[in-house]
Amino acid sequence: MDLRTLFSPQTMAVVGVSTSNALHPANVIYRKNHLRYPVRTFAVNPKGGMLQGDPVYTRVSEIPEPVDLALIAVRADHVSEVLSDCIEHGVKGAAVISGGFAETGRADLQDQLVSMAREADFPLIGPNCLGFYAPGAVDTFFLPSERMVQPDPGNVSLVSQSGGILVDQMVKFAGEGMGLSLAVSIGNKAVVRELDLLRYLAGDPRTDVIAFYVEGFGRNEGREFVLAACDCPKPVIVLKAGKSPGGSRAVTSHTASMAGDYRVFSSVLAQHGVVEAKNEFELVAFCEALSYYPRSIEGRVGIITGSGGHGAIAVDTCSSHDLSVPALDDGLQEKIRGRLSTSVQGIASLGNPLDLTGSAVDDDFYAAVESLSQSEKVDCILLLLLPYLPGITSDLGARLSQITHHTGKPLVAYVPHVDKYRMLIEGFELNHVPVSPSIEGAVHRVEAMKRSRPC
Amino acid sequence: MLNDETKQILEAARPRGWVLEPDAKRLLAAAGLNVPRFIRTGDPEEAGRFAGEVGYPVVAKVVSPEILHKSDAGGVKTGIRDAPRLREAMDRFASLDGYEGTLVEETVQGLELIAGAKVDEQFGPVILLGIGGTSVEIYQDTVIRMAPLEPRDVASMVSGLRAHELLEGYRGADPVDMDALTETLVAFSSLVTAMADRIESVDLNPLICPPDRCVVADARILLASGD
Repeated sequence: MDLRTLFSPQTMAVVGVSTSNALHPANVIYRKNHLRYPVRTFAVNPKGGMLQGDPVYTRVSEIPEPVDLALIAVRADHVSEVLSDCIEHGVKGAAVISGGFAETGRADLQDQLVSMAREADFPLIGPNCLGFYAPGAVDTFFLPSERMVQPDPGNVSLVSQSGGILVDQMVKFAGEGMGLSLAVSIGNKAVVRELDLLRYLAGDPRTDVIAFYVEGFGRNEGREFVLAACDCPKPVIVLKAGKSPGGSRAVTSHTASMAGDYRVFSSVLAQHGVVEAKNEFELVAFCEALSYYPRSIEGRVGIITGSGGHGAIAVDTCSSHDLSVPALDDGLQEKIRGRLSTSVQGIASLGNPLDLTGSAVDDDFYAAVESLSQSEKVDCILLLLLPYLPGITSDLGARLSQITHHTGKPLVAYVPHVDKYRMLIEGFELNHVPVSPSIEGAVHRVEAMKRSRPC
Repeated sequence: MLNDETKQILEAARPRGWVLEPDAKRLLAAAGLNVPRFIRTGDPEEAGRFAGEVGYPVVAKVVSPEILHKSDAGGVKTGIRDAPRLREAMDRFASLDGYEGTLVEETVQGLELIAGAKVDEQFGPVILLGIGGTSVEIYQDTVIRMAPLEPRDVASMVSGLRAHELLEGYRGADPVDMDALTETLVAFSSLVTAMADRIESVDLNPLICPPDRCVVADARILLASGD
């Protein structure tokens, strides 16, 4: 099954546009792609006619050019007829937006699509889905352009069974300044499933991190998924919905009672180096950290702060996330102390956390980050930066980021997100250093690197 | 691949839905797992002769197709010190539902673990290892891995237990023989993988680990309900 053309189409047919209802989902999709994306878009409706000066084709096979993608938004009982036309006409793939299949008890209609698609080796996304969003290329979501939040192009792919969750995650990505390479809603996942997308995205040059929102796998599908994740050289992140134990099945063995569905899910993912995000905040944090730092760490954290209280909270948070904060030996402490400005030399505590105090200036943070970056004692640096300290300038974020680029040692920053600190925050973001508005969020970003490991 | 004896045992147990303990022990022994020396008999004389050979104390358990949870039904007696007490236990078992004889076993002493298996809908066969015994569901100290297991998986399973120090020789106690535990779990995982389409779940509880070996002291194999 070739997904490449489907996800970067030159031409798209939107089947099911209305000539009378401009708010019909198919019309929203047609209009936004026709007007705002490079993909050449054609409207299709059996009745034909014109739509805002452009022809409406009566069927896909009437379109005068080869069609890469068919977006199907007709009533469930008409979908198979459209699909048949697409397959015969040599269309490269389809997304079926329409609902009214297995999710409403019409498994028969869905089975019909599956057998047609399988026989023709035809990639079909959905049904009952939003389709996909490829920044700068195509957007099949039936959400009006002006109300949709669209993250910039980036290196993370998101795959979701739920369209709503997917759109919500895109809002969060944009809020964190993170980019996407592809966002796919797979709905009933009748033909194209998580496994197919994992295999495709593993070889997609634009994608470095692959994240999934999964409601459940079919029989043995989870096994195939984790084995494929094992072979995938890129970090794989999964957020699972439906963690509570299922109904009251009679359980007669200790093992069946203790190895509930979610417990097995979580254990087997971890066994295969897949990073499980426990909630949507972790999902965003993990995606950000791994998109910049794909390599695994042991989780020995060096904490640098300008406030003792922040350092103490960070130590507690690290310890509750199974990360260690190793004490620094005297030699290293003295070496760092020697590089600090005279006003803080006598008052800084450097055992780890390294509390440079509120009197610290840019050069003190630079010296501390650089020294820890060169030490084997820690494999990651957590920087708690308080932008209101008088000795700190707006360029500090960008300056410290350079150290990470030279040494390769991961740096994660906490900076309170307020507009007046924007320039400091951007200094990190522009240089691909993860920066979080909360200490907990920053620790999540470190944890992601520990949990993501080769199989 | 399952051998003929294993296939026969599973086939014969199908109507009941689970495998009688003596049959489960035969099946596990054929797969290379250690089980205690045992006989199944209804005759106190024969039981006494066996106990004399393996040495008291011995364990007696009821064999009944109607009793899946033997302890709960009063069908297990451990620490039997002599022939009269053995006869007494056997007499009592004879009045239990569905009585089909008594299983008499040598006593094995050591750390009690549980090794379990479940055929999961999404992931197929998975293996569980934990602190075993009758309180297993109180402690809930278990780890789960997808089968089949590699030897290196066993070490990581042990280190994933909260009570892993118990296996490593806590306060002067002998540590568990990691080679024996590894062999046992790897063999168990191969067996489970081979019979995954016929079973629902398995409890080897307790799996008793003296310093030099691991022995399946009790086994419960629940079969998949037919298609």
